[in-house]
Amino acid sequence: MLADYSVLLIGAILVNNFVLVQFLGLCPFMGVSNKLETAMGMSMATTFVLTLASACSNLTYHFLLEPLGLEYLKTISFILVIAVVVQFTEMVVRKTSPLLYQVLGVYLPLITTNCAVLGVALLNLNKDHNFLQSLFYGFGAAVGFSLVLVLFAAMRERLAVADVPAPFQGAAIGMITAGMMSLAFMGFAGLV
Amino acid sequence: MIELLLQHPLLAALIALVGLGVAFGALLGFAAVRFRTEGNPIVDQINAILPQTQCGQCGHPGCRPYAEAIAAGEDINKCPPGGQAGIEALADLLDREVIPLDAEHGEEKLPQVAYIREDECIGCTKCIQACPVDAILGAAKHMHTVIVSECTGCDLCVEPCPVDCIDMIPQQQSLQTWHWQLPESSPRSADIIATDAGEAA
Repeated sequence: MLADYSVLLIGAILVNNFVLVQFLGLCPFMGVSNKLETAMGMSMATTFVLTLASACSNLTYHFLLEPLGLEYLKTISFILVIAVVVQFTEMVVRKTSPLLYQVLGVYLPLITTNCAVLGVALLNLNKDHNFLQSLFYGFGAAVGFSLVLVLFAAMRERLAVADVPAPFQGAAIGMITAGMMSLAFMGFAGLV
Repeated sequence: MIELLLQHPLLAALIALVGLGVAFGALLGFAAVRFRTEGNPIVDQINAILPQTQCGQCGHPGCRPYAEAIAAGEDINKCPPGGQAGIEALADLLDREVIPLDAEHGEEKLPQVAYIREDECIGCTKCIQACPVDAILGAAKHMHTVIVSECTGCDLCVEPCPVDCIDMIPQQQSLQTWHWQLPESSPRSADIIATDAGEAA
């Protein structure tokens, strides 16, 4: 039981990392990684939303859509669930941490369109995860996302002062770095 | 109920989606009330850093309007009384770059207080109207004087005085106003890295 869940977590964090292996959620990965602090804020917000959305969409599917035979409505219902969770998070962050709200700015509502969030919800269905498994899978996906986002932001902070040839400066070297990180994460394939 | 819905999939779909929408709407409505925020809280934090001289050198009528403008994205280097230390505190709060003071808005000066040469004062009350913090005491045709503990040293009262009897004198250092001289702003970590790269190359 415990081993199952740790395998699920490690699988979602490292082996099938959502950003670097499954290439989901690339927009915040490139967009919010210029500063380490912003990246951390974004990671926390995404972790919260991803975990909650994964669990909520699982509940919605199993207790509303499945009994009524409305499986075909899963995508639109999940989008609704995710939008609500993001809105809710935004209100809470705005109240509890105005600075984080200011720093995250437009990226907080943009979690709605973070494909990793919808991806996790749909993958949960494909893999027939139960509620607890969805929770762990969502959390694992979020931790994986946060891990690579923070690592990438740390590298980009160094890259900003590095002696990069002019044509590669800015987004270009960012893309190259992301590609190399992805290559490195391929090394985890077959771990579980 | 369930059987009825199962026989009418369209109805079921409608009810399910509308139900979801209503439930979520209610949740968000509750959250909007529960987590209501008045105004923009970041403005208060910025305002607390600004020196409250109300001098208007930044081009805004006072410190709070400037705080609102900063929150809306204006540059943080327009406050001479706050000086470089103020800019650094703002940059730290807002996670922005530290930039030098904009000379267009004035230079950083030592803290000053206004002093009225009382025997020359004609009691015109013009300086009283100019003072943003009500630190000048007096009445028409009577001599005015400055309440030193209230004066922010903004020098807005110097200009309107018709007989030029107001001097700005550096604030006397007392036990209350003395503080450590801050060291010159430390070399930025980014510079260290860049220099190291240069030496290595």
